[in-house]
Amino acid sequence: MAAEPPSTAPAACLETIQLEHVPPTYSVNVAVFRDVENAEFLQQQLLSRNTEFEYAFIDATSIISRLQLLSAVYKAITVHSGGNMKTPNIHSEIVWSLSPNNNISEAYRRYGITPTSQHIIVVKILLSPSSFSSPTPTNPQTPSPSTIQSHLLTHVRGRPCPFSDAVLSSFTDWPKVRKYYKLNGVGWLERMKDDEALRRRESEMLVLGSMALRGL
Amino acid sequence: MTTLLSTDHRPPSSAPQPSTPFTPAPPPILTHSPSASTLITQGAEARLYKTTYLLPHLPCALKYRPPKPWRHPILDARLTRQRILAEARILAKCRREGVRVPAVYAVDEGGGWLAMEWVPGAAVRAGLNAHLATGGERDESDAALVSVLRRVAAAVGGLHSVGVVHGDLTTSNMMLAPTPNHQGEEGAGLEGVIVIIDFGLASQSASDEDRAVDLYVLERAFASTHPRAEALFTRVLEAEYGGAFRGAPVVLRKLEEVRLRGRKRSMLG
Repeated sequence: MAAEPPSTAPAACLETIQLEHVPPTYSVNVAVFRDVENAEFLQQQLLSRNTEFEYAFIDATSIISRLQLLSAVYKAITVHSGGNMKTPNIHSEIVWSLSPNNNISEAYRRYGITPTSQHIIVVKILLSPSSFSSPTPTNPQTPSPSTIQSHLLTHVRGRPCPFSDAVLSSFTDWPKVRKYYKLNGVGWLERMKDDEALRRRESEMLVLGSMALRGL
Repeated sequence: MTTLLSTDHRPPSSAPQPSTPFTPAPPPILTHSPSASTLITQGAEARLYKTTYLLPHLPCALKYRPPKPWRHPILDARLTRQRILAEARILAKCRREGVRVPAVYAVDEGGGWLAMEWVPGAAVRAGLNAHLATGGERDESDAALVSVLRRVAAAVGGLHSVGVVHGDLTTSNMMLAPTPNHQGEEGAGLEGVIVIIDFGLASQSASDEDRAVDLYVLERAFASTHPRAEALFTRVLEAEYGGAFRGAPVVLRKLEEVRLRGRKRSMLG
């Protein structure tokens, strides 16, 4: 089995992030898994609306950086707190927020987990009880970062990795990213071949802009 | 015509700040912020804050258009929405086309705000003032000055070549962003990449008239803030802008017309 025994690195698996300009009741929890063997099973849990698997499962090959992913999370949280969600929950809203266009099912296909996904990023938003959290009948006790971590380690058959730019950039499928965010026609970016770091940074800025202006 | 952010965007901390009778309430978006946000400047229509985006180490500029109590609420919401969107779209377009402007991080057209990349460095105006503080009239022998004026003209040419006119070109609305090579170097007061900012009055237009008016406004602003370099600027502008894109010589011819009659096309408007 590819799943590491939890004793090796249990603490490093899930990163909890408090984003700026977001109500303190929201906490963002992110985990990264490489060489996932049961992507099909995980996607199936989403499709069957299994409430125990209310996560954003993201295909890491469409992601270039922490900033890109956290931007999508931020957008999903603002939409959620404003009560303007267009998809079933805050986690599907994250996947859609990665897209530069309004096609929701295309966003799931492009940025969400697929049966063939190898490396995935998992995001779980926790709403602290002080807010108007809706009661979940199947899961009476409020989940915490530690219960999420053990749940993920039990059900995701892959190797946990840190949620870092170094790890994320090793997964990035650039031809795919360039296609999804329409970076192929951008001549000045293509001519930037001699400075890979600068090119990545400039690409990231264009990606953030496309996400921010989705459908606007 | 209103000027959104007419003061220097990044006044040096030593400069005397106009004492404000009260600090306006921050926009709702900034109330949850764990790290401090600072009000950088306030214009007639918008306020600019320096704050952070997503994480404490990433600075950003937040432009906020507060509700205008004197306008009908529905009209106000619509105008704010349209203006925030127009600015965000233009910034994204420029960035995609390779014109150096702040990148867009996030937009909330309903909340009336726009989060952008924070551009470090000083405004061109401040750099020029420091450089021109001594001596008299400047000419082509001042290489550092010619170089920065060339970059200014090329930046405006780049902007116009992608079909955007700024609407409020001044040396305060252009930043000298440090490049990796010149970061922290003292005496490099006019070094840096020109980044055009504040697109609050910008529009998408490829008309020679609009472009010429843009140049005229810059020329007038330049003449009043940096009179010692006025003649030099005109010469550099004509040389450098003319080569920036195919239609530029026509715009320069139009500029001569605009100089004779002023910014407005007719006396009726």
